Amino acid sequence: MTAEAPERPATPALTRPITMAILAMGGEGGGVLADWIVALAEDNDWFAQSTSVPGVAQRTGATVYYVELLPRAGSNGRYPVLGTMPTPGEVDIVVASELMEAGRSVLRGFATPDRTTLIGSTSRTYAMPERTAMGEGRIDSAELIAAAEGSSRRFIRGDFGRIADQTGSVISAVLFGAIAGAAVLPFTREQFEDAIRAGGKGVEPSLRAFGEGFRVAAAPPAVDIQIGVRPPDPNAPDPQVLRQAQQDPASLVGSRLKSQAARIAQMTVESRLVLVEGIKRTAEYQDVAYADEYLDRVGSVASLDTSADHRLTTEAARYTALWMTYEDTIRVAFHKVRARRFDRIRTEEARADDAQMVQIREYLHPQVEEISDTMPTALGRWLLNSKVMNRLIHRVTHKGIKIQTTSFWGYTVLYFLARMQPIRRRSLRFGQEQARIDAWLGLVREYAPRNVDLACEIVECQQVVKGYGETHANGMRNFMALMDAVPRLADDPHAAHRLKNLRTLALSDETGKALRDALDSGTLRSS
Amino acid sequence: MAERSFAAEVQELRLGAGEEFRGEGILAVTKALLQSGVAYVGGYQGAPISHLMDVLGDAQDILSELGIYFENSASEATAGAMLGASVHYPLRGAVTFKSTVGFNVASDALANLASGGVRGGALVIIGEDYGEGSSIMQERTHAFAMKSQMWLLDPRPNLTAIVDMVEKGFELSEASNTPVILELRLRSCHLHGSFIAKDNRRPSMTVREAVENPERDLSRIVLPPMNFAHEQEKLNKRWPAAVKYIKDNQLNEFVKEKDADFGIILQGGLFNNVNRALELLGLSDAFGDSQVPLYIMNVTYPVVDDEVVRFCEGKRAVLLVEEGQPDYIEQNIQAILRRNDATAKLHGKDLLPVAGEYTPAAVTKGVHAFIAKYAPHLIADRQAPVVTLPHDDPRSPFAPRIKPELVQGRPPGFCTGCPERPIFAALTLAQREVGEHYVSADIGCHLFSINPPFNIGATTMGYGLGSAAASALNGSGAMSRPIAVMGDGGFWHNGLTSGVGNAVFNENDQLLVIVDNNYSAATGGQDVLSSKGESRNRSLKHPIEKAVRGVGVKWARTMTNTFKVDEMRDLFKEALTTPEKGPKVIVAQSECTLNRMRREKPAMAKAIKDGKRVVRERFGVDPDTCTGDHSCIRISGCPSLTITDNPDPLRKDPIATVTSSCVGCGLCGENAHAAALCPSFYRTEIISNPTRWDRTKQWFRTRWIGFLQRGIERRLEGISA
Repeated sequence: MTAEAPERPATPALTRPITMAILAMGGEGGGVLADWIVALAEDNDWFAQSTSVPGVAQRTGATVYYVELLPRAGSNGRYPVLGTMPTPGEVDIVVASELMEAGRSVLRGFATPDRTTLIGSTSRTYAMPERTAMGEGRIDSAELIAAAEGSSRRFIRGDFGRIADQTGSVISAVLFGAIAGAAVLPFTREQFEDAIRAGGKGVEPSLRAFGEGFRVAAAPPAVDIQIGVRPPDPNAPDPQVLRQAQQDPASLVGSRLKSQAARIAQMTVESRLVLVEGIKRTAEYQDVAYADEYLDRVGSVASLDTSADHRLTTEAARYTALWMTYEDTIRVAFHKVRARRFDRIRTEEARADDAQMVQIREYLHPQVEEISDTMPTALGRWLLNSKVMNRLIHRVTHKGIKIQTTSFWGYTVLYFLARMQPIRRRSLRFGQEQARIDAWLGLVREYAPRNVDLACEIVECQQVVKGYGETHANGMRNFMALMDAVPRLADDPHAAHRLKNLRTLALSDETGKALRDALDSGTLRSS
Repeated sequence: MAERSFAAEVQELRLGAGEEFRGEGILAVTKALLQSGVAYVGGYQGAPISHLMDVLGDAQDILSELGIYFENSASEATAGAMLGASVHYPLRGAVTFKSTVGFNVASDALANLASGGVRGGALVIIGEDYGEGSSIMQERTHAFAMKSQMWLLDPRPNLTAIVDMVEKGFELSEASNTPVILELRLRSCHLHGSFIAKDNRRPSMTVREAVENPERDLSRIVLPPMNFAHEQEKLNKRWPAAVKYIKDNQLNEFVKEKDADFGIILQGGLFNNVNRALELLGLSDAFGDSQVPLYIMNVTYPVVDDEVVRFCEGKRAVLLVEEGQPDYIEQNIQAILRRNDATAKLHGKDLLPVAGEYTPAAVTKGVHAFIAKYAPHLIADRQAPVVTLPHDDPRSPFAPRIKPELVQGRPPGFCTGCPERPIFAALTLAQREVGEHYVSADIGCHLFSINPPFNIGATTMGYGLGSAAASALNGSGAMSRPIAVMGDGGFWHNGLTSGVGNAVFNENDQLLVIVDNNYSAATGGQDVLSSKGESRNRSLKHPIEKAVRGVGVKWARTMTNTFKVDEMRDLFKEALTTPEKGPKVIVAQSECTLNRMRREKPAMAKAIKDGKRVVRERFGVDPDTCTGDHSCIRISGCPSLTITDNPDPLRKDPIATVTSSCVGCGLCGENAHAAALCPSFYRTEIISNPTRWDRTKQWFRTRWIGFLQRGIERRLEGISA
C-alpha cells in the first residue's frame, strides 16, 4: 500500500451493513467524526445511521459512537433496518482515540481477530487511578498494544493524539484521515475530504490533520516488523550514553569532574551511568567536594554489595544522589532562573511565534520552615522558634506569593536566592539532612552483610520521601516509620519482601494510615 | 443559552410535503409535532431529550409563525400540569422530559390528568434513560402507564416510524380521551436517519383563542363524585376506544403471521436488535424481511388481547422480547393466553436476561436459544453467531484477549477549567482542618465529586433534594453538621422549597452549598432563573441569595469566584463552625466553562486577528522541581493536569504535567497556594500583538536576565561534558 489515494473500490452489493464503533472520550469530537462518516456515506448514495450515548458521557467519560452503512444500490426503494448499538464479534471497523480505549474495545468484544480492522491512537490519556497514584501507576502501553494486535485482523496505529497537537487540529480529523488511509471504506480520499469541507468549520487545520492521519495509516508498518510488538521503553537510557558511561565515564563529564569520573571507573559496571549522573547532580547542587562526599557515601555501601547485577550499589547511587540534592529554596530558585527553562516554556509549551511575548509567573508558597531551612543553623533555629517572626512571615506568605520571573525585580530576587548556594552548607536543614542520610546508609550497611535483599529494600524506601511542605513531611514520617520497622522484621526470612509491601502501602495512601495500620497490626509484632 | 445550538438544523423544520428530512431523532420528533398541528409544547431538559428542548428553543421563530406556544417548564411537574390545557379544549399539547426520574416528578399532575381525561390530544414524550449511558436508577416508565392508565407507545427505532407515531399518538389520545406517552429509547433520540416530510400545520385552535374563551366541564374535574366515575370511564369507555383505534389503524405490526408455528412478540423499540439477531441466524436480512413470524408491539400499553390471541393461534410457542423488569407484558400475555385457552407456550425471561438492557448480544442469545428449541433445522447448517458461544471458546468475542485490569473505568468528570472543581478542592482542604463531614449530593455535574479524586458525597436522592436528603441528619447537639450540595438547576427545580424552605422551617443546622454556574449545566447548559446572560424571551438574573433570604435564611454568602480556593476553604470553615442557627447557605458562583469557552474562544481569535492585544494564559509544571508525588492531581483531577515520563535520569516516577488543553483557569496555582503544595506551578501569559510599551519593557528585561543567566551557566562550566 502506498500513500497515494486508494482506487475507489466498486460499490459491493452488501447484504449486511458495514459496522463501525468509535470509542472516544467526551469532548474529543467523536460525534464530529461520526457526523463526517454519515455525511460521507449519504453524499455518495449510501444509507447511514449513527447513534451515540448522550448526556454525562460527554463530560470527559468514555463513550461509544456507533455507525452502520449500507449502499442504496440494490435497496429497491426499501429503507434498511440498521443497528443502534454494536454487537460483540460483529464490528468491522473499530476506531479508538486512545490506547486504553482500544483496550476497552477488546474487553467489550467489539474488536475481534476474525473481523475487525482496529484503527487506534497509541497516545495515552491517563485514567484517574494512573494519575493519582503516589508514584508509578501507569498501565503498560506495550500490553495494551499486544492485546489490540491480538484482537484485530489489522491494527492500524499511530500517535494520532500527537499529530492532532502538531497540526493544531483535533483528533477526530486525524482519525478520519486514518480511516481513509486504511482503505476500509469504499470511498476515495477526495470524497472523504469533501465531507470535511462540507462541514464548514476549521476546514484547513482539519484537512492538514486528515492528511497526516491518512499518511500514517496508509504507510506500510515497517517499524513494527523490526521491533516487534513491544515499543522501546521511553525511560530506558540511550544505549550510546550507557556504553560511554560503562567504558569511559570521564567522557560524560566536564573538566572539573575528571577525578570523580576516574573513581567511578573503579566501581561496578552496572552502576556507572547512575553514578555519573549522581556526581554531576551533586556538583551542580553544591560543589565538586560534595560530589566526592557522594562517592564516599555510595562507596561505603558498594563494598558490601553481593546483590545480583549490583542492584544495591546502583540504587544506593540513585537515591543518595536524590537525597543529597534535596529540593530547598535555593535549588528551586536555581531551576526557575535557568535559560534552558525559559527556552522550553517559550517554544515547547507556549509555542509562541516571534511576534508574541511570553511572561512567566511563579506560584510560590514559602513556609516558615522553608525559609528557616536555608538560613545558617542558629539563625534558622531562632526564626523557627520566634513567635513574632512566625506571625510576620505567615502574614506575608500565607496567601502565597506570585513572582513574575520574566520581570526585572522578580528575576533578580530569584537569581539572588539561587546564588545563596555557598551558605547552604551552614544551613539548618543541610545538617539535618546529612545526619538522616548517614543514619539511613548506616542501616543499609548494618543489614547488607546479613541480608542484601533487605538492604536493597531499605535503600528503595527513600522513594517515599517526595514533594514539598506537608507532602514532604508526611513522606518523611512514613520513611521514619519504615526505618523503625526494619529491626523488627530483620529476622523474618521474608523481611525484604515484607518491607517492600510496607513501602507499597506507604505509597498507596497519602495520610499514611494504611502504613500505620499495617505496622500496628499484630502480624508485624508477632514475627 | 444551551451548550449546543440547533440554529442551522431547525431550518429542516420548514421542509414541506414530499421533501426528505435528514437528521437526528430529536429533530424529527419536533418536525412531527409541527406536522401534527400541536398548539403548545413544554418540558424539562435532561438526557436523552435535552436536545428536544434546545431545538424547540432555537425554533422560536417557526413556532411563533404557526401560533404555537412553547415554555421551558420549571420542572417536570410543571410540564405535566401544563397538559391541563387539553382537558377542556381541543388543543393538542406535548410535553417532554427524561424518564423515569421526570415521570416521578410529574406523576402527581399526570395522574390527575389521566383521571379526568383529555379532550385535545395530550402527548408526553419521554426519553427512557435505561441501559448503557444512563445515569439514573434503572426502572420502567411502563409502571406509570399502567397505574394512571396512559397509553404507552414504543415505536420502532426508525425516524419514519417515530414521526408517524407522534401523529398517531395525538389521534389515539383524542379517540380515547387519554393522555399518551411516546417512549424514545436512549439511542433513538440521537439516531441519525431520514424520513419524508409533510407540511407543517397550524393548530386548529391556538392557546390564545382558548384562553380568550374560557371553558369548564365539571365532569372532567378530579373531585368526588367524579373521581369515582373517572375510574369506571377509564375501563368501560376509554380502554375499548383505544383498542379500537389501535386495531383500526394497525399501530401494531404483524409480519409473516402464519408462516410458521412459532413466532416472536416484541416491543417496537427493540425491533432493530431482534432483526439483527435474526440476521445473524440467517433468518432475516438488512431490510427486515424476517422469515420468522413477528408481532411488533408499537403500543406496549394497553396490550390488545385479540391481537395477541390471533398471533398465537396455531403456534406451538412464542418468544416475548420485553426489556426491563418487572415483566409486566409477559404477565399480561400469560393471563390473556390462559383466559382464552390458547395452547401456545410463552417464553420470555426464561430465555432472555431477567434484568438489564436488551443489547444485540442479549437478544441474539435469547432468540438463538428459542429457535434452537422450536426450529433447529432452520439454523442447523450455519455456524452459531459468535456472540452466543461460551466465553472460553476461542471464537467468542469475549474470549480472554486482554487482562481486565489493563482497562480502567473512565467515568465522566469535571471538564478542564470547570468552576466546580475548586469548590471541592476547597472543601477537601477545609475538611482536612475541621474534620470529615457527612455530605449529601444532588443531581448535576457537581456529583462527579463522588468519584476520585475528591470522593465527596454519600447520597443522591433526586433533583433538588440534596438539602432535604440531609435533613434527618440534623442531630441536635451533634459536633459536626451535615453538608448538602445542590446545583442551580436543582435549586430552581424544587430545592428552594423542598430543601431551603424545609431547612429554615425546621431550623435545620446544615451547610448548603449551591453551585451557581449560570446554567442547568449537566443537562446541556440551558438557562435557569439565575442565569446572567441576555435572553429574548425569558426573565433571567434572579439571584439565588435573594431567593434564599426571601424564605428566611439568615446566614447566606455568595462567593463570586470559586477559583479563590483559599477564600472558599475559609468560608467553608466558617460555615461549619459558626454558632448561627438555621441553615447556612453558600452560593458558589462561577460560569460553566463549557459555555464560557464557547463564547470566548471565537472572540479571542477574532481580537488577535484584528491586531488587538490579547493575553492567553495557561499553566505549567517545572519538570525539574516536580518530584512526582502527584498530590496536585489528587486535589484537582483536571483532565489537563496529567502525568508524563520523568526527564530526570535518576528519578523513576512520572511527573505532573499540564497539557495544551489547559484553559488557564488558575486552579493549579490556587491549589498550590491554598494547599501549600509545591513550587512547580507557574502561569504562562502569551501576549499576542504586544504594545510598544510591552516591547520596550521586554527589551530591557531580556538584556538584564540574559546577562545574569550567562553568569549562571558560566558557573556550571566543567560539570557536564
